[in-house]
Amino acid sequence: MADIADTDTRISRRFFLKGAGAGVAVTSLGALGFGGIEAAYADSIRPFKLLGTTITRNTCTYCSVACGILIYSKGDITKGEKAEVKHIEGDVDHPTNRGTLCPKGAALLDFVHAKTRLEYPMVRRPGSDKFERVTWDYALDRIARLLKDDRDKNFIEKNAAGVTVNRWVSSGFLAASATTNETAFCTFKVVRSMGMLMFDNQARV
Amino acid sequence: MTNSWTDIKNTDLAIIMGGNAAEAHPCGFKWVTEAKANRGARLIVVDPRYTRSAAVADYYAPIRQGTDIAFLLGLINWLMANNKVQWEYVKSFTNAPYLVQEGFGYQDGLFTGYDEVKRDYDRSTWNYELGPDGYVISDETLEHPRCVWSLLKQHVAQYTPELVSRITGTPKDKFLKVCEMVGECSAPDKTMTSMYALGWTQHSKGSQNIRTMAMIQLILGNIGVRGGGMNALRGHSNIQGLTDMGLMSNLLPGYLTLPFETEPTFEKYMSTRGYKPLRPDQTSYWQNYKSFFVSFQKSMWGAAATAENDWSYDWLPKLDVAYDIIRAFNLMFEGKVNGYVCQGFNPLLAFPNRAKCTAALSKLKFLVTIDPLQTETSRFWENHGPHNDVDTASIQTEVFQLPSTCFAEDDGSLTNSGRWLQWHWAASTPPGEAQRDTWILGQLFTRIRDLYRQEGGAFPDPIVNLNWSYEDPDYPTADELAKEINGSALEDLTDPADATKVTLAKGKQVPSFAALRDDGKTACGCWIYSGCFTEAGNQMARRDNADPDDTGIYSKWTWSWPVNRRILYNRASADVKGDPWDRTRKLLWWEGSKWTGFDVPDIAPTAKPGVVGPFIMNEEGTGRLFVRGMMRDGPFPVHYEPFEAPIANLIAPKIRGNPASRVFKYDWEQFGDVAEFPYVATSYRLTEHFHYWTKHAQINASLQPEFFVEIGEELAKEKNIPNGSWVRVWSKRGSVEAVALVTKRIRPMLCDGKVQHVIGMPLHWGFIGETKKGYGPNSLTPVVGDANSETPEFKAWLVNVEPITGPTPVA
Amino acid sequence: MTTFEYELPNPQTEDVKTVFGQQDLIRRSASTIEPPARQLTPMAKLIDVSKCIGCKACQAACLEWNDKRAPVGENVGTYTIPPDLSPQMFTLMRFTEWINPETDNLEWLIRKDGCMHCADPGCLKACPAPGAIVQYSNGIVDFDHERCIGCGYCVAGCPFNIPRISKTDHRAYKCTLCSDRMAIGQGPACAKSCPTHAIVFGTKAEMTEHAETRIKDLKSRGYQNAGLYDPPGVGGTHVMYVLQHADKPEIYADLPNNPVISPVVNLWKGAAKYAGLAAMAGMVAFGVLHRFVEGPNRVTPKDEEEAKQLTEDPRS
Repeated sequence: MADIADTDTRISRRFFLKGAGAGVAVTSLGALGFGGIEAAYADSIRPFKLLGTTITRNTCTYCSVACGILIYSKGDITKGEKAEVKHIEGDVDHPTNRGTLCPKGAALLDFVHAKTRLEYPMVRRPGSDKFERVTWDYALDRIARLLKDDRDKNFIEKNAAGVTVNRWVSSGFLAASATTNETAFCTFKVVRSMGMLMFDNQARV
Repeated sequence: MTNSWTDIKNTDLAIIMGGNAAEAHPCGFKWVTEAKANRGARLIVVDPRYTRSAAVADYYAPIRQGTDIAFLLGLINWLMANNKVQWEYVKSFTNAPYLVQEGFGYQDGLFTGYDEVKRDYDRSTWNYELGPDGYVISDETLEHPRCVWSLLKQHVAQYTPELVSRITGTPKDKFLKVCEMVGECSAPDKTMTSMYALGWTQHSKGSQNIRTMAMIQLILGNIGVRGGGMNALRGHSNIQGLTDMGLMSNLLPGYLTLPFETEPTFEKYMSTRGYKPLRPDQTSYWQNYKSFFVSFQKSMWGAAATAENDWSYDWLPKLDVAYDIIRAFNLMFEGKVNGYVCQGFNPLLAFPNRAKCTAALSKLKFLVTIDPLQTETSRFWENHGPHNDVDTASIQTEVFQLPSTCFAEDDGSLTNSGRWLQWHWAASTPPGEAQRDTWILGQLFTRIRDLYRQEGGAFPDPIVNLNWSYEDPDYPTADELAKEINGSALEDLTDPADATKVTLAKGKQVPSFAALRDDGKTACGCWIYSGCFTEAGNQMARRDNADPDDTGIYSKWTWSWPVNRRILYNRASADVKGDPWDRTRKLLWWEGSKWTGFDVPDIAPTAKPGVVGPFIMNEEGTGRLFVRGMMRDGPFPVHYEPFEAPIANLIAPKIRGNPASRVFKYDWEQFGDVAEFPYVATSYRLTEHFHYWTKHAQINASLQPEFFVEIGEELAKEKNIPNGSWVRVWSKRGSVEAVALVTKRIRPMLCDGKVQHVIGMPLHWGFIGETKKGYGPNSLTPVVGDANSETPEFKAWLVNVEPITGPTPVA
Repeated sequence: MTTFEYELPNPQTEDVKTVFGQQDLIRRSASTIEPPARQLTPMAKLIDVSKCIGCKACQAACLEWNDKRAPVGENVGTYTIPPDLSPQMFTLMRFTEWINPETDNLEWLIRKDGCMHCADPGCLKACPAPGAIVQYSNGIVDFDHERCIGCGYCVAGCPFNIPRISKTDHRAYKCTLCSDRMAIGQGPACAKSCPTHAIVFGTKAEMTEHAETRIKDLKSRGYQNAGLYDPPGVGGTHVMYVLQHADKPEIYADLPNNPVISPVVNLWKGAAKYAGLAAMAGMVAFGVLHRFVEGPNRVTPKDEEEAKQLTEDPRS
């Protein structure tokens, strides 16, 4: 088909016809009859680092433009494998961001792998100057007990006028701003069923 | 957003005021760039600082922070005086012709009914004059002295260009240039989009800032049309969703409201939620409130919520006062709060007056953080020298730090500012023992429920009866929860005309909120999300990016609320007869017997033009230039200075701040005055960072490593502050040290004859993460919120500044 | 979905086939090579300064893609951070606050600095290490770090002051135009990420044509001197700018008005490159010494002097 010079032209607009995605791109390149990656690479060019990774569609966790992102992982979590994120890039098929990302989105990898990511439940005892690692069971049992005891002690069934109010205002809950709607609903049910009123999210700040 | 990010490409004029889209929302801002490049659109930026949005604007006008309402009311005055009004829209689609009842008045910055002691209004006079038929009286000529249009004209008359300039510091010629550019969009075939964010909300009159621009958009006929709208850019990836889902102190899902204790019965609660139409034949959609509410109660308590127990109405907690975050931390500060859970939220850096926050947290018995990252809040007890100078041993709070997953390790949907619910999929194994939030909440809930089952306790009914029918009660899945949010039939639903005909079988997902019932036969977690996960599957996971008519609608891409509608109030994109205002930007039109177009009609498909008004969520069916008693601080906006202001309020010199804002005594005593704090400060984001999160990401830390404040060249010269040197900035509430970035982008303004210097303070630093340790503006900001939403006044306060030789050494 | 004209595709992960490679070299430093059998279509990156919002997405994407991390430094009173290009930071937004004397309005000029991929590359011409700098027929000028001796001549030879020598491994680094992405039909990471499409990528002919539409738009907004920066002194570049004030490139953080390769480079190339430095080239061939010795130590004092002259050569 195309002559040799045309090969390269296809890198630009005509080659990148929209909606095509990776699959079509590979097909048309393959049709040009070029050999494998090792054969054609040059000394100065480093090997393509995403070979063999798994692509997952996701949404940027930061602002509410909600850019579509592609997460390239080593390992496929849907197959039960351990998966590690290697690279994150904007999804060109997304109507809003068209493959672009801002400096936060373009560096999402460093959020996922931040040194300050938490790995284990920890407790800091009253007056202590350090966190200690605890088990999930210990932490959850203890938190459930603390919440229940406070609720039992301070729950208000009726106000001074004798009106049923069923509220609990001695403990509060501050919900996230980047969790999913599904987490939000789950949180809502737990918090409101206990009668908690001091309940907010980051919309106000 | 009334519209969507992709719709911005359709605009003729983008005005960024109260936001900084290029920096805070770069990939959304691309649609401004597209409108400019492809439509020849213009961009106006009005901001105290020359921002990165201003760097690509066609016109930039400076403004002193906290004076937006004066600017915008002046703009309304100019539009009215210069006949830059979309008359057919104003007369037919707004409440301009309606009469306001006698007895309503305004003088010297206050409306009728003000109580100075309560700092609140009796709002009973802020209403329409109703006829004997119960409908509002209207004067189509707009000439009656008590019609909304006449009252508005009178209200804005004092905001002359001269007064606007004296208050705002915007040079008169620049103000008039903005007026002219905006005024062009009163033509039916020209549209302006308003793009704003926390630059408008974080004021003691934040809601009215936004409302004033909404009024302008109504006057220009720019609501409901392509390339128009009021577009709240919103901060976080799912702040829209969490608010939609009712995770706020006074809300239930879908903007249903939590009852007050003055509403002891369900009957009383419903009596103020009837939403009877105020115009003949008008659709008032909130009349379905009961269906939405009962279905919500059924999703909470299932079979335990019955007609006999008023759908478990008593199980909802009743408010006595609003428990917003400002009150919550005040109560905590007073030692009245024992436990607090922070899920993905870092209040130590996010709430005003950090010293008060630290003192408040120190009084808790226990604090739980659920977060993918270490936060300053979870380590508030740890001494970090000048950056967190606490006495660790004296803090008796028990702190749990629970590791949660991040976006890359979680499934589910997020709602963006354009109301699109987009599903995402996990790509990675979580680090260590980190768990998804639904696992953590599930585990916690089942433990608490089991304790109540075993040992009883205070009013266990709503807990032990909570509908928790997940396959694994310790770990609800995103799919299960999404289906619950959408809602389903609890019994066979039948055709009202033919009881033998089943319209939706028991157990099936409802197709939309139109199927919801008030008789307990349906359950729905959040009515506005109904339709997101139907029998046709997960609509939020749709990925067809076709946009056949190049409208920017993308109706098959994921799903948007309500009912996949992409532009709210879209009926208003066509004139009274149903013909599009602009044939080149058609959205919806009347085709003889029904509405059709590119979007889902925001009106009954067969509602005849001229009969049903386009704003069906309002009882009037029209947009409100006069908002009756629905806002605490006035039916029209008024210019109020920030609580800490460099000059007195020129229209009402005796009023400090917003007269209807609640201020706690301790916080009032913490306000500073101009004599001691002569400079006006403001806080903001930088494009390199996202709040307090990206300081944990190495790349972002390297691109903006260190806390700084921005100071204009004139003030720097006056104070002998060289660029890159160190300064101390302090307010009545605290003091910070920072690098001074001296810039031409902040210039002094002349307000009421006095030179005003602005000091800018970005908000991304703390004492944990990859960046250098620093401070946040909340070390300095006052504790006072917007009268309507209690959003803290982070954008305008007073400080002083002095050069220092360098940072205080860390011991 | 309608498409942006120069949208870049999502990277594929399997069956990756290359579209150019070693066979497409047209120049190789300190070497003579056979002309390639084919001529690739020249490619170019166009940076429209008027659309740039200075967000640094290009910097972030560049660091992430190339597995580089820049150190967390200090704020010294500027948004230009890191303060300079470095062996890690191949591209840098340079911010200039400029008062337009004609309007008295402030303009915040933000220029993405980095390798211009000159058609006539001064770095390559100055480079004494065989094959350390190569040029492909599509316009990419790339460094082969395995062959680099860290002498710094490329820095001196570059009219734009771009390459930086690593203090750790003593090799020269700069933008590769994401040669690894381009090799499989991708565009550069910076262009893919750019939120406002201020950076676009395509054939040089397309980019030149696209620039014309941008210049027309800018002129309609009062920028009478808007124009394309594709300096002929270096044979044109494969990274071009649209400037609002093309008559004054120097206001954009000292973008050279008329960049040329210093005549010293050509002189030095002729006189010394293949003769005086033959021994040095031999050492490099052994590939041993450069791991232990600071690069510049291996060139003669005369070469040093010449390099110094080059560095001091006025750039505009």
